[in-house]
Amino acid sequence: MADEALFLLLHSEMVAGLNRAAEQGEGENGRCTTKLESMGFRVGQGLIERFTKDTARFKDELDIMKFICKDFWTTVFKKQIDNLRTNHQGIYVLQDNKFRLLTQMSAGKQYLEHAPKYLAFTCGLIRGGLSNLGIKSIVTAEVSSMPACK
Amino acid sequence: MSRSPGRKQENHKISRELFVLTYGALVAQLCKDYEKDEDVNACLDRMGYSIGIRLVDDFLARSAVRKCRSYSETAEVIAQVAFKMYLGVTPSVSCSSATGNEFSLILDKNPLVDFVEELPAERASLCYCNLLCGVIRGALEMVHLAAEVSFLQDRLKGDAVTEIGITFLRKPEDRKHRKN
Repeated sequence: MADEALFLLLHSEMVAGLNRAAEQGEGENGRCTTKLESMGFRVGQGLIERFTKDTARFKDELDIMKFICKDFWTTVFKKQIDNLRTNHQGIYVLQDNKFRLLTQMSAGKQYLEHAPKYLAFTCGLIRGGLSNLGIKSIVTAEVSSMPACK
Repeated sequence: MSRSPGRKQENHKISRELFVLTYGALVAQLCKDYEKDEDVNACLDRMGYSIGIRLVDDFLARSAVRKCRSYSETAEVIAQVAFKMYLGVTPSVSCSSATGNEFSLILDKNPLVDFVEELPAERASLCYCNLLCGVIRGALEMVHLAAEVSFLQDRLKGDAVTEIGITFLRKPEDRKHRKN
């Protein structure tokens, strides 16, 4: 859908713009990642509210995670999460083998060091969504080989 | 699949809301970073420009419109095809000058401000949708049409409608020969 292109472009512009500002100022890279993550948090909170307006109440944490992997991810990134693993003690690993925001960047190990910036917003998105569903969480991302990420 | 058609429309709406919410978060962050409204406006315009120069490729690939033969045709295409495709609204076009190079796009409904009620008092001169101006300017420049784009009226500032003014800068000398 055409909206996708708009969002992808806006997102890459945001990352680039915030990094540009950071380079000129005295802040380091960490600051813009934090800003991106907090932006994602706000958006995630709002989005999950609109999204779950009519859905039934979730039974437990696993149910919520499955919802995030299927419906939420499909709406935002037009595909489902490829793999969800858990240790049943509160740690969940979501694996996406073809992460939309990274497909345009590279198909292997090139530009690996720039990948975390592009994942910060999405981490914030998930954290915001979970927080509005009543779950406090820490979301981190790991990229070993583009465009897959965990 | 047990998805009903209603669900698909809802998903479509939600991806648009994702864009609108992201844009809102971006403006909020910029307001925190920059104190002066002009800086925020300039930043939004610059970002819009970078988006526009890439968006026009995507637009031309999807819409396959023919080459526009006049400025008014270009303005119509922007309003009726591009806005419809990306934002889901169709502004009305009006030509506001005798020379035929100034146009206005009038938006009754601006989806970017769906979640915004009003501008905060200390940000009175913020052009919330300045990104749009940058996008149009960047896109036009990539098809070799220099233009100045700005907001003439803004609903958030109390006007009745939102009006975007496009002024094409270069004179249409080569077009005169073709218009026969």
